[in-house]
Amino acid sequence: MAKRKLRVMVAKPGLDGHDRGARILARYFRDAGYEVIYTGCHQTPEQIAAAALQEDVDLVGLSCLSGAHRYLFPAVVKALKAKNAEDICVIGGGIIPEQDFPMLYKAGIKAIFTPGATLESIVEWIDKNITIKEI
Amino acid sequence: MYFATEVLEQSRETREKWEDEVRRAIAKKADKKPEALCSTVSSLPIKRLYTPEDIEGLDFARDIGAPGQFPFTRGNQITGYRGRYWTFRMFSGMGSALTTNERWHMLLREGQTGLSTAFDYPTLMGYDTDSPKARGECGKCGVAIDTLEDFLKLVEGIPLNRVTTSMTINPPATVLWAMYCAAAEIKGVPLSQIGGTIQNDMLKEFIAQKTFMCPPEPSIKLVSDTVEFGTRYVPRWNTISISGYHIREAGATAVQELAFTLRDGMEYVEDVRNRKKIDVDEFAPRLSFFFNSHIDFFEEIAKFRAARRIWAQVMRDRYKAKNPRSWWMRFHTQTAGCSLTAQQPYNNIIRTALEALSAVLGGTQSLHTNSLDEVLCLPSDHAVQIALRTQQIIAEETGVTNTIDPLAGSYFVEALTNEMERQAWDYIQKIDEMGGMIAAIEKGYPQLEIADAAYNYQRQLEEGEKVMVGVNKYESAEEPTIKLVEIDDKVEKQQIANLKALRRRRDNKALKAALENLKSACQKGENVMPYCIEAVKSLASVQEICDVYREVYGEYRDPGLF
Repeated sequence: MAKRKLRVMVAKPGLDGHDRGARILARYFRDAGYEVIYTGCHQTPEQIAAAALQEDVDLVGLSCLSGAHRYLFPAVVKALKAKNAEDICVIGGGIIPEQDFPMLYKAGIKAIFTPGATLESIVEWIDKNITIKEI
Repeated sequence: MYFATEVLEQSRETREKWEDEVRRAIAKKADKKPEALCSTVSSLPIKRLYTPEDIEGLDFARDIGAPGQFPFTRGNQITGYRGRYWTFRMFSGMGSALTTNERWHMLLREGQTGLSTAFDYPTLMGYDTDSPKARGECGKCGVAIDTLEDFLKLVEGIPLNRVTTSMTINPPATVLWAMYCAAAEIKGVPLSQIGGTIQNDMLKEFIAQKTFMCPPEPSIKLVSDTVEFGTRYVPRWNTISISGYHIREAGATAVQELAFTLRDGMEYVEDVRNRKKIDVDEFAPRLSFFFNSHIDFFEEIAKFRAARRIWAQVMRDRYKAKNPRSWWMRFHTQTAGCSLTAQQPYNNIIRTALEALSAVLGGTQSLHTNSLDEVLCLPSDHAVQIALRTQQIIAEETGVTNTIDPLAGSYFVEALTNEMERQAWDYIQKIDEMGGMIAAIEKGYPQLEIADAAYNYQRQLEEGEKVMVGVNKYESAEEPTIKLVEIDDKVEKQQIANLKALRRRRDNKALKAALENLKSACQKGENVMPYCIEAVKSLASVQEICDVYREVYGEYRDPGLF
């Protein structure tokens, strides 16, 4: 069966406006051959979940640099679960102190990338861990 | 002409001879530093050597002059830093108003000379702490302010007639400024005596910082309201801080930062003139600017010098301002947050010191130095103290404040200043042709130019064409442990409890009337400031006032360009 392209959504939850990383990543994903949806800033977890479902994405990449990731990242996973979409993989990045990693993993975030992570390493992780849905 | 013909002739001869020698030398042994690394952090190509020929067309009186004289390349202050140092102004805010007030008093005790406020995201975006949109954000990136009661705690014990306060606040700038005015009134300080700055630069929000609320047009209307109100009643207040800082942090080059900031400034001048019919010389002296000082030492110095020169020309020639103070570009500088690294964080002290030095050599009038841990979390007391001491060491130990604009006349610095100016004008003209900055923003032009530059830089980093020590070169396996400042989730709970209690005890009838008056002023196109002050005095919250703006003016959504 034919495989479609990997569909990823780059999302900015909460009120944070630091979107440099998110936009660079969105562009890099596009160059890497993914189909990319970028939400823009200021999305609620519910909006992100609804958009992820509507766009039928394989992966959601969350970016937060405001310190609110402890609430927002788990809230996105929960919102996806509420829509029976827990098969969509959620990863996150931004200013995330290492001490917060365990609680984020426990909440269902599959990978966390922090300042200094290369674009290449993120794409490598995705290619290794995400299976593209068959059409 | 800057040089006599004989000097230029000598320069040409010696340069050509030297170039022959260089060719021979690199034929024998290639340069160790690759060509790709011989450009600025913004990818502006730099020559191996600069000579008098590079500034052949320079005109001393027209282009350089003296400090305090047109075109102010050498600075606004006639006496330079001997007259007074720049203002040591550390950007700070964290958790509750009480916690931030403690930090402010600490900084003033340690020799800081002006205050600068960081607000948390709900405040910045015009939401109350108990809004569903604000969950998890309270006090994280700055201080949480919901109402005048919080604000009064924030400024407790601060002499508002002596210390100037800058507030990094944009869509709700009218609200926070109204709180400052109301606080002054309560403390018995007349509006004519308070001094400070509201950032209030909405154009760069759409371009870069992304804290926006209403669409561009009404956003600019609110900005012009503050300029009008300040011109009439609060003459010592800078009602806009036209900001390149965030444009640069979003990934712009130095030239883009310079050009977009200046073009934003022009947009405000035109709006106030057209909308409010105020003569340019009445308000222009209170326009202020805010730049980034990035890691490329000379590029930044050239940028600062070019900025003053371009603005002076624009104000005198384009807007026909006659008051020399209208020609002044007064600016605050912050060292580049985006140049700091989470890896080997103590290196950030060195980066910040060098960036601060170039801001000083570029003649800044106010400075924030980043703390070594700001890339990881809110700065600790200890890290902030080192950052403040960095400024004090530059001011009082290094000797660079003894003489004004010490790099003037350098072949390289003058040539680079000219180049920055030329390239900035190219951008300005392009935006003029598009019909101004609002039109350009609606086309996504500055946003995408910056996105290109940011992407380009990231690719260069990954390909080793740019170096960040500790990130893509000289990495360490072991990283030091830094004690992170954390904002307890209890702060949010307490802030919400306080707000709910206040809503119960305030006179809600008077509040409703004040908000109705504000709404009607918005609908009629009146200046909102007097109504806003009345509303904050009735203990209206930041969101209650911003909801009026959202209702009347509509909301702007991020188009999500990348």
